[in-house]
Amino acid sequence: MNDIARDAGGRGRGWAPWAGVRGAWLLAAWLCVLAPGLAAAKEAPEVGDDPAAERHMLTLAAELRCLQCQNQTLADSNAPLAVDLRQEIRELIAKGQTDAQIKAYLGARYGDFVFYRPPLQSNTLLLWFGPALVLVAGMSALYITLKRRLAQPEAPRDLSDAEARRAQHLLDDDAEEGSLS
Amino acid sequence: MSAPKRSSSFFFLLPLLGFLAIAGFLLKGLWLDPREIPSPLIDKPAPAFRLESLDAPGRVIDSKDMLGKVWLLNTWASWCVSCREEHPVLVDFARTAAVPIVGLNYKDTRVDGMRWLAQFGNPYVVSAFDEAGRVGIDYGVYAVPETFLIDKQGVVRFKQIGPVTPELLHDTLLPLIQRLNA
Repeated sequence: MNDIARDAGGRGRGWAPWAGVRGAWLLAAWLCVLAPGLAAAKEAPEVGDDPAAERHMLTLAAELRCLQCQNQTLADSNAPLAVDLRQEIRELIAKGQTDAQIKAYLGARYGDFVFYRPPLQSNTLLLWFGPALVLVAGMSALYITLKRRLAQPEAPRDLSDAEARRAQHLLDDDAEEGSLS
Repeated sequence: MSAPKRSSSFFFLLPLLGFLAIAGFLLKGLWLDPREIPSPLIDKPAPAFRLESLDAPGRVIDSKDMLGKVWLLNTWASWCVSCREEHPVLVDFARTAAVPIVGLNYKDTRVDGMRWLAQFGNPYVVSAFDEAGRVGIDYGVYAVPETFLIDKQGVVRFKQIGPVTPELLHDTLLPLIQRLNA
């Protein structure tokens, strides 16, 4: 395969670029294998001194969005910004700030988008109460439909003799099949 | 039989209408960029900062010194790929001297930052060295490059997330700058 490729490329026989390319691939493969280990080795244990404060920080961070990787919380993410913000929260807790103050601090900088639980305000009313509205609408529609259906009872429909015989026949067939199986 | 059917035919359409409404929202969502988060800083005073300059350790850059001027604060870093794309636009824009551009060198090293400026040109009147990214946090920076337009009173008037483009400069920033300078 290499020979074919080399000839097709019109390269001279003495020149073997594939060795270099293969070497690069090998190196890349090794890096893929080693990189996670290296990364793990580099990761400093960014943990506060006080386990209680650390737990406090993580509960708070679990409700805040990491803006660098938007589907992760600040507690879950290893993005540099998330690491910085966890440190920031740690320091704010150490300064004795309340959860509300810390959230306000982050909200003032990054906007409401950092909150996984959006605050109740005029532009989030639909978000908060929309599902309830849909439920109420659905229940009302069901109620109205059922009420209407009750108001007009179905006219009793009589079968002709032939129809009755056919129905009976079909029912008997079903019964037989049922007993067979 | 025909009378109730006519009155209820509208109700049979409801699920379809509901579906169309949801599909419409989802379709719109395809063109929304989740990275573009409106900044809460717009029309609020720009966070004050005092940082060392990138090129001269010990020389302090105070954001208060910019009061009375309309200026751009551009966060950048030598490790930032989009900054490289943006940089020539800023270099060209700096030549027009429309507004002073202050750099906020974000979570970088002095050596890398200086090398970058030497290599690609320096559009900044000065670059503040935000090694720890603390000023970046105050400005709500989450994706470098980000650019803030700040007015004479020190109020943030515009924020661009991602690279500044010639179109943005021409269509949005320059008219705004002219209005703020008037």
